[in-house]
Amino acid sequence: MKKVVLVLMVLTILGSVLFAQASAETKNPVLRIITWSGYAPQELLDKFTEQTGYKVEVTLSNNEEMISKLRATRGGGFDLAQPSQDRISSVVEQYAIYQPIDYARINTEQIDASLLEAVKKNTLVDGKSYAVPHVYGTEGLVVNKALAPDVKDFKDLLDPKYAGRVSYRLKRPTLIGMGFSLGYDPFALYSDPVAYQKFLDEMEKILIAGKPSVKTYWDNGDQLLQSLRSEEVWAASAWEQAGWKLHAENPNIDYIAPTSGALGWVDTFAIPAKSENLDAAYAYINFMLEPENAAFFTNRETYGTASKDAVNYLDPEIKANFTRGLPPEVLANINWYPTVPAGIEEMEGKTLDKIKAAR
Amino acid sequence: MMKNRRHIKWGFLFFFLPVVLWLFLLIVLPHLELLRLSFTKANTGKFTLDNYLAFFNEPIYWLTFVRTAGYSIIVTFIVMVISLPVSFYISKIVKERISGALMILILVPFWVSELIRVYGWMILLRESGILNHFFVSIGLFKEPVEMLYNDITMIMGLVYTSMLFMVVPVIGVMDDLDNSLIEAAYDLGASKTAIWRTIIIPHCASGLVNGGIIVFMLVLGSYLTPNLMGGKNSLWFTEQIYNQIILYFNWNQGAAFGFLLLALSSLIIWVLLKLTKQNLKEVVK
Amino acid sequence: MDKALSVQNITKRFGDFTAVNQVSFDVEDGKFFSILGPSGCGKTTLLRMIAGFYKPDSGTILFNGKNMDGVAPNKRPVNLVFQNLALFPMMNVHENIAFGLRRRGEKGPGVDKKVRELLERVGLPESGKKQISQLSGGQKQRIAIARCLIMEPTVLLLDEPLGALDAKLREHMKVELKNLQSQVGTTFVYITHDQSEAMVMSDMVAVMNNGHFEQIGTPQELYHKPKSSFVAQFVGNNNKLRVKLHADSSGNTIARYADQYDFKLAQKLETANENEEYDLFIRPEAVIINPGDGRENFHILPVDVTSILFDGGNSRLLVQPLGTEEELVVALPQTREYDYIRSKDRIQIGWDMNKTVCFKRSDWKLYDEE
Repeated sequence: MKKVVLVLMVLTILGSVLFAQASAETKNPVLRIITWSGYAPQELLDKFTEQTGYKVEVTLSNNEEMISKLRATRGGGFDLAQPSQDRISSVVEQYAIYQPIDYARINTEQIDASLLEAVKKNTLVDGKSYAVPHVYGTEGLVVNKALAPDVKDFKDLLDPKYAGRVSYRLKRPTLIGMGFSLGYDPFALYSDPVAYQKFLDEMEKILIAGKPSVKTYWDNGDQLLQSLRSEEVWAASAWEQAGWKLHAENPNIDYIAPTSGALGWVDTFAIPAKSENLDAAYAYINFMLEPENAAFFTNRETYGTASKDAVNYLDPEIKANFTRGLPPEVLANINWYPTVPAGIEEMEGKTLDKIKAAR
Repeated sequence: MMKNRRHIKWGFLFFFLPVVLWLFLLIVLPHLELLRLSFTKANTGKFTLDNYLAFFNEPIYWLTFVRTAGYSIIVTFIVMVISLPVSFYISKIVKERISGALMILILVPFWVSELIRVYGWMILLRESGILNHFFVSIGLFKEPVEMLYNDITMIMGLVYTSMLFMVVPVIGVMDDLDNSLIEAAYDLGASKTAIWRTIIIPHCASGLVNGGIIVFMLVLGSYLTPNLMGGKNSLWFTEQIYNQIILYFNWNQGAAFGFLLLALSSLIIWVLLKLTKQNLKEVVK
Repeated sequence: MDKALSVQNITKRFGDFTAVNQVSFDVEDGKFFSILGPSGCGKTTLLRMIAGFYKPDSGTILFNGKNMDGVAPNKRPVNLVFQNLALFPMMNVHENIAFGLRRRGEKGPGVDKKVRELLERVGLPESGKKQISQLSGGQKQRIAIARCLIMEPTVLLLDEPLGALDAKLREHMKVELKNLQSQVGTTFVYITHDQSEAMVMSDMVAVMNNGHFEQIGTPQELYHKPKSSFVAQFVGNNNKLRVKLHADSSGNTIARYADQYDFKLAQKLETANENEEYDLFIRPEAVIINPGDGRENFHILPVDVTSILFDGGNSRLLVQPLGTEEELVVALPQTREYDYIRSKDRIQIGWDMNKTVCFKRSDWKLYDEE
């Protein structure tokens, strides 16, 4: 009796595994996406499923985890990813975790041509490009104009006048933004590690000297919003969304593009090397960049979109934010992140550690 | 009879194999892979000791470790000092019904995640927080004072988050302490401090070391509390590992740091056990 | 002689319950004083007040004439041997004994010498290095006493320290403890529920019941001249005859047993209420078997022998007075004089009127199931 039960148990388990395997081979209705929080609103996912029949599984993440996870599986486990454009070519070279994009399958008509070209150029490896632009944004300053009227550029965050009232992230954008603001061109130095190290050493000194101004190095968005809202912090380096959100609550607070130029990022669509559902991945890219869908996303999350005609579908107050904070002359002045050569981030990391550990 | 025995063996294998596989595939194998990574060069895959040497050659790394270990020892010590009277009170002084309620009070904060507990402290202590509001309104402070983002707050937070892991084992051994031993010592002329020194602390030593190891490892390996409450000056060693692996994709360096953390913390525990003449076997028992 | 310990009108209440009620007694220097009573009588509470662990609600405690009011246990010239001995398991024998001296701040070879002397005195030289767990019950006993004696206390309190030992060892330790006390000359205050322990060892015994002392006296006084029904029943074996009193024509008190036997009493008692119940006590060894006629002031009772309990020098007869269902115990001297007695024989027993005591009826639960 016991034996029979045991054999049945083993058979059941084996059977269920085999069955699962078989069904996976015949049809794959699931699209597994690893993306940022807010990039895949449920309404759009439902609409996508309705139109195409593909179900979408979303995993929320960030650039670093996206790379780590895909690296651990050598490009498997997800069918579509949304890394920033500057985080693609180097990981393709090192770990080959993405596959080239077949642009013939992308509806390029609906994409802003200049963004598409820039992304293609930045993700070029061995003559092939690896990404399609989706969302863009900037990092600049969020300032309480009543309390800190003189903050116009990143370097003003070092002003002793605002001791203990300033906050920024201890991450690479701060090093770079501060660099531009103090007259360097960090992106130009990327190709020369020795010169870049010298630049980093300068930044280390300046940021350690500027430590008394800092209340805390913010680490997550809620923390920053809370400190600005309670007026514990008067000026911070942050994204335009934080500024616009607070502007709606307190007109004194707003996003300002630094005089030396805001730092611009583009998040893209990239296809992992072992994507198991290419059809669904391309369909999803085209779907999300349709003007109506892109506008739905921008209205909801207030991020700029690479979809060319989405502007026609934007809510008026969202449109107002863009005209106030990101007018054409500001957009023209943006320092777009280039691809980071290998080793640079480690150098930056050491500098950031030293700054944090310093008294 | 023979047949029956075969049955049992099959059944045993059926349930035992998953456990072995689980341990091997999910714990042993990844660690072996990490160990291999820690001895290889980032891109070439060749054998190297550079990842370990980097720790000793780059002051920022070992200084962070020394700082982390030092603060962990301080926190462990403070937790011991606080949990002794707390456990004594719960175990010996209050009535059984109340001691149960007190235990629950100590346990309740641990039903929510560390993140939420830390945010709780931040709401209390921040410049626009509840404590400041209270002190200003009763006129104790002229204007709000920032109580977050310094080492003392960080230590307090770490003490708070690890308290339970000391109190529980110490109450365990304290319950076994015969009250008449305390009375006998008192009767033989011992002062209160002498009773603590000669009777209660030696009796609780196994619980203290037990809790001490847990608290030390917990604090050494904590990430959220030092980061959120310590603020701008608090670099914790776990953050270095996180940065290496997640931010700089230098798994080799991160793996080496991980094993250094394991080795050095084990060494510290070993030295402390030797110094306090405790036996790990007895402590684990 | 000096009074090592003087307790005056001491009272302790726990809520509504009065554990110790207006107790007074003195202990002379160098004496072995026992407090004997059933468990729950308040003797442990009394001891803990003397040691200082409880604060009395009223009354005073004096050591050598010094008032101990408000003096903490660690400052009193008194030490307590705990019921479970409370040896410190985290220390070895030597450290246990030296504990008190060290707390006094004594250091160096002086301490070692004193510990060695005391270990010799309690008959355990060479065991200083042993752990407590390596000792036998009797050895632990001696170490616990040595640990207190090294403090040279004015009074040594002992809280039933023999309770945990087996019967044979207990008999042995009784004698040993008595000898030790007379050697060191320290005043002992010993509490116990075992009347044999109290009788064998003590110079003076106080019988305690319901929070107060029934009687204080030498063991002989308590045995032969109990002052209360409780003492008569609790100390030693006793036969209890349920009687009613009346007076005869010449004014003597007569006790009537089982509505048919009249015994004239040596005492004069209140006889106004003839229905009031009294107990008449006769020790088993005071009873004479087949006493014969013609004795003065003598009580005679015909009985049936129900059984013969042979136990060497402690042999007894169980007998049933005619016309009753009660059972009396009679000592059976092994002089071969009474070898003829068989079970179910009808015999006569008798006793001297002066060897009886009579008290108003009161029943006590004498042996609790511990």
